[in-house]
Amino acid sequence: MLPAGRTRSQHMGGAALAQTVLFVNTLLVLLPMVFMVLSSLKTTREIFQRPFSLPANLAWQNYSVVWDAAHFSLYFRNSVIVTVASMVLILVTSTLAAYALGRYQFRGNDLIYLYFLTGIMVPIRLAIIPLFILMRDLRLLDTYWSLILVYTASGLPSAIFILTGFFRTLPRDLDNAARIDGAGELSVLIRVMLPLVRPALAIVTVYNIIPIWNDFFFPLVFIHQDRLKTLPLGLTVFFGEFATNWALLFAGLTLAAAPVIGLYILMSQQFIKGLTAGAVKG
Amino acid sequence: MSFPGPRRFSYRVSQALWVAACLAPALMLFTIVVAYPIAGAMAYSLFRWDGIVRGGFVGLVNFQRLLTQYPYSVRMLTAFWHNVWTFALTMVIQNGLGLLFAMLLAGRTWGAKIYRAIFFMPVTLSLVIVGFLWQLFLNPVWGIVNKSLALIGLGGLARPWLGDVHTALIAITLVNAWRWVGFPTIVFLAGIQAIPDEYLEAARLDGAGPGPIFRRVILPLLAPQVNIIVILTFIGAFNWFELPYVMQGVTGEPNHATDVLGLLFYRSAFGAVDTGNPDVGIGSSIAVIMFTLILVVSSLGAIYLRRREVEL
Repeated sequence: MLPAGRTRSQHMGGAALAQTVLFVNTLLVLLPMVFMVLSSLKTTREIFQRPFSLPANLAWQNYSVVWDAAHFSLYFRNSVIVTVASMVLILVTSTLAAYALGRYQFRGNDLIYLYFLTGIMVPIRLAIIPLFILMRDLRLLDTYWSLILVYTASGLPSAIFILTGFFRTLPRDLDNAARIDGAGELSVLIRVMLPLVRPALAIVTVYNIIPIWNDFFFPLVFIHQDRLKTLPLGLTVFFGEFATNWALLFAGLTLAAAPVIGLYILMSQQFIKGLTAGAVKG
Repeated sequence: MSFPGPRRFSYRVSQALWVAACLAPALMLFTIVVAYPIAGAMAYSLFRWDGIVRGGFVGLVNFQRLLTQYPYSVRMLTAFWHNVWTFALTMVIQNGLGLLFAMLLAGRTWGAKIYRAIFFMPVTLSLVIVGFLWQLFLNPVWGIVNKSLALIGLGGLARPWLGDVHTALIAITLVNAWRWVGFPTIVFLAGIQAIPDEYLEAARLDGAGPGPIFRRVILPLLAPQVNIIVILTFIGAFNWFELPYVMQGVTGEPNHATDVLGLLFYRSAFGAVDTGNPDVGIGSSIAVIMFTLILVVSSLGAIYLRRREVEL
């Protein structure tokens, strides 16, 4: 923005100041990550003696130790299974429900919609005691299902909100035309509607997948067997076990951060849009 | 379209069945895994509990115990003020910086798109990773924070940031801000970019400088974004759990200096050294209080937002 009445040099000075502030914050964000990666390739002695230098020899073996001895391969697999299963279930169940709410008129439509919406603001983790008892009674403690069910159910309100809004904007005649052509209800949904709501499905996916992948609270309560632990919970085990081997700790953190950061570099715009959905209009 | 009677009837029945089939999975899941447990969380606070076995109805006795019986009474107050302090500090530092960055990124700033992407990156990182990473950086003996201070001649400032009762809460709040600051930045930036250029142009033609333009034009028009960020910051601050747990342990070390409601809730629900065996009655009462706080503040925010939108 260039306010009127200011000289060109004043404006240049303002722009330089802005660039300085923005650049300093860029360093504040990126330097910790650079240090993390550099430290992960050093030995613990090196981290202690020369914290700011580049690694003398690249200690790649840190990574293989973390991957095998520290069970990271296992934690990764568990995180992938839980995240993918929850995400698929969220997409399928919320699309069906939003389709019914957004495209059909029936008694109770508004009421059911509002019922789902009450779940948006409620922090589900405050219900952890009843959830723990529920999972115990269903004999689901220490299973993937305890996590998958909670993530799916708590992901539904926002997903239904986003998708119902989207379904409502699609023209009325689309599905009727297909019905007159003799298409059944299911094929109207799959062939006509689904391709049109793909952008909304992408937003729902990003909005849910990152918090699910990163969640620590529910595994902490539900999962006790080491072989079922997800990555964030596995990290706490790993930090307890290798507390003084700093090089390994940095390697573990780098490994844990890599998938999300890698995806983020590839599609940061979609991440920003998806994760701020709800707080940013449009 | 006119269908013959019977066919039309069967069509309506099959359509009703189809709609019901679409709604059933989501309704069942949401009811069993969200609505019922939340209702349960409210109800549990009104019963006596023996470990995890429910006893008789006791009314508000659990709340009374929570507020008067040691150690809960003391811990509750400490934790509550820590949440309030975290909220205030986050509002000023994290959201203040977010607003500053958004202002600097608006308009035709060089590199705005890349800065935006970089600032938002930590938001995608797990809080467990963020917590452990900064725990290593803040290590009093070899962490790069103290080493950097020494390097620039400020070695006298070095201290065990996470182990000192005076700095621990501030330190983890700043780590939290490091992770989150990109979020308010994006929200404010979107708000600023939505302001029509004519408004700013008109203010400029009236001779307003950048200061008054910010205070009189931009800030009032950003009210919806500010409102959303205040609500989300409030919910986040009062639900705070991961970062204190990972960095300072379940009791909020040192000496409860970083104890917050989320940790206290977890300890009373699942048991810990300072609160003893699991006390579901106490845990549920804490949950009800947290829930009420969050609900009241977010409803007030929503009402305020709606009223503003009508005005505009």
